[in-house]
Amino acid sequence: MKLTGAQALIKSLEMQGVDVMFGLPGGAILPVYDPIIDSPIRHILVRHEQGAGHMAEGYAQATGRPGVAMVTSGPAATNIVTPLADAYMDSVPIVVITGQVATSAIGTDAFQEADITGISMSVTKHNWLVTDAKDIPQIVAEAFHVATTGRPGPVLIDFPKDVATSQMDWYWPESVDLPGYHPNLKGHTKMVGTAAKMILEAKRPVFYVGGGVLKAHASEALMNLVELTGIPVVTTLMARGAFPDDHPLCLGMPGMHGNYTAVTAMQKSDLLIALGSRFDDRVTGKVSGFAPDAKIIHVDIDPAELGKVRRPDVPIVGDVRIVIEDIIKAITADSETYQRKEDISQWIQTLKEWQEKYPLRYSNASENGALKPQYVIESLRDLAPNDTIVTSGVGQHQMWASQYWKFNFPYTWINSGGLGTMGFSIPAAIGAKVGKPDKTVWAIDGDGCFQMTAQELVTASIERIPIKVALLNNSYLGMVRQWQEMFYDERYSEVYLSPDLPDYVKWSEAMGCAAFRVDNMEDVGPTIEKANQINDRPVVIEFRTDSSEKVFPMVPAGASNDDIIVGPES
Amino acid sequence: MSISYIPGNGSSPDYINDGKTINHHVLSVLVENKAGVLARIAQLFSRRGYNIFSLAVAPTDDSRFSRITIVVDVDSVPLEQITKQLHKLINVIKIAELDPAESVECELLVATVNADITARGHVMELVALFDGKIIDVGTDKLTVLVTGEPSRIDDFSELLSSFGIVELQRTGRVALAKLERQSSKLKNTIGRVG
Repeated sequence: MKLTGAQALIKSLEMQGVDVMFGLPGGAILPVYDPIIDSPIRHILVRHEQGAGHMAEGYAQATGRPGVAMVTSGPAATNIVTPLADAYMDSVPIVVITGQVATSAIGTDAFQEADITGISMSVTKHNWLVTDAKDIPQIVAEAFHVATTGRPGPVLIDFPKDVATSQMDWYWPESVDLPGYHPNLKGHTKMVGTAAKMILEAKRPVFYVGGGVLKAHASEALMNLVELTGIPVVTTLMARGAFPDDHPLCLGMPGMHGNYTAVTAMQKSDLLIALGSRFDDRVTGKVSGFAPDAKIIHVDIDPAELGKVRRPDVPIVGDVRIVIEDIIKAITADSETYQRKEDISQWIQTLKEWQEKYPLRYSNASENGALKPQYVIESLRDLAPNDTIVTSGVGQHQMWASQYWKFNFPYTWINSGGLGTMGFSIPAAIGAKVGKPDKTVWAIDGDGCFQMTAQELVTASIERIPIKVALLNNSYLGMVRQWQEMFYDERYSEVYLSPDLPDYVKWSEAMGCAAFRVDNMEDVGPTIEKANQINDRPVVIEFRTDSSEKVFPMVPAGASNDDIIVGPES
Repeated sequence: MSISYIPGNGSSPDYINDGKTINHHVLSVLVENKAGVLARIAQLFSRRGYNIFSLAVAPTDDSRFSRITIVVDVDSVPLEQITKQLHKLINVIKIAELDPAESVECELLVATVNADITARGHVMELVALFDGKIIDVGTDKLTVLVTGEPSRIDDFSELLSSFGIVELQRTGRVALAKLERQSSKLKNTIGRVG
């Protein structure tokens, strides 16, 4: 069967089971947009290429399937570099297809030419420039394989226009052969045994759970291991929901804005069992002062993470689900060797005392009667269905959302953790809602973030993707304002945005959304309930919140986690 | 015959640069022979803040693969990160760190040196001592070629400089692991003999 390169590309995506893609056409990718008309794949036309990339990320994180975005060459390709970098940092499997000028024009500074394989090299797991139409099925199969296996990540296929229009004999490769790519899944048996022993011998153990647990679909295995060992769990910003917040052994989020108990449990621990986490600087604080007495078991599928920041005592390279299951097997199969040597009930008791003494807290009292953002998030949480998917942008609202929401299900929290991409929440929410149309999706956003990607609400309206946006408008770039208040003597530099310019309600309505403004506590609940009833179009609620509210607890940048600031009074 | 190189102390030869000890490690990296692979490797070093001291690339006997010999100057801990990060590149198939004591290293030098009628004989004598060759002859200059262990090349280059070097080019080193010749027991004693 003869196909054009463009047809072969779309057919290859179909073969990969792609049901939806996000994109925006242009000159170089034009030929590929023609066969889309005849394809069962749903194409969602975005308003900016960055939106397409984040939608693919949101889709991937909500469904566990790779997200696909397709844009044209040059500026479109450079516009999608941010989502690639974002996905690379957070290990999100997305496949980005960029148009490219014809192979004969590559290198000539042709119209809308950008060296996107060169540009994206350091923010993709791998990328391909297709130079021959006969390679298309092979490259697509390789791209999806690389994106979704091992440590997942973004890949890019650069697709020249003449390749799209040339002919090829259709085939579908039976296997992918990449001689230099063989992710190791099973942990070293001896190391697993050592880990199992150490877990039972520790006095103050903590499971330090990262996003890798979600990527490996290891939540259930983790629950079994926690139930078996009775060891408490912290879930990092990328792992919220991997272990239910309502579980008595869940300590919540550690790190710069983690709660006291989660942060201090790690600090005082004698054994950290790091599962798919990477000792990020936002978790460790000053590395030399991080968990000084802890031995480290580090399980990760990416060997380069082991010893990158903190040298583990027991390094285990493998799929975290398989390794957890093997640890459980080791413990249960040989009760002679593997038995609890230490009573950790005192440790659990200490943690409970900390939780009671240092809970997350805020006060609804404010000088001007302004709404507290934490109250808004708690209200959203209490009125939303249990398995609501929450996305967020980056900044204060992100931290409050992670702190105050109760994540009891995996894949219900989608945010930009590593790169910290402002504007992430709206397109990510759209992608998540497309992937999980039956779930309520709330985007918790800030006014700074909203203005970066709000135009995608037009996409949501037209494509009938009824996401809900809770816009916490404190009229500032709040996190920067917080740092300027605390560390720059309240010298506020370029952080004021204005509360009513733009008029968020009018703007949202102009984009086809239902829109409400709330500026007092009484209206918070009823307005959220009203929004929850609307399912035929996107909803935006603008909450006017207190500008001076700060995120606590906080470990100042560069400080040790021992120097945690619990609240505004300290 | 090496003049000043003392091989086989088990660690990489160190040298002092601006008062700082630099550790040289030789990585032999087998890669797929595909467009852009060198860019990926160079980019990775730059991205992660590692310095390449020298680099040599050529296809192997199997044209699907190339071998890249990279000399990096780092301590052993970042070296572990470098190799792990390199391994993550899809096109990288195998990485070996070559211990200088357990490998054969070779480098090539070509240099144009001032050699008027009075100096010419001395230059030729030096080149002969180092088993080198004269590859071009001008009226008052010679272009010479020497190959061998990098330390030997260092020595030659130093001695040559007294004549006045006009231009000099080194290839960067290439290396392969030493072959097994003795039983492992014997190797430990014999292999150490300098």
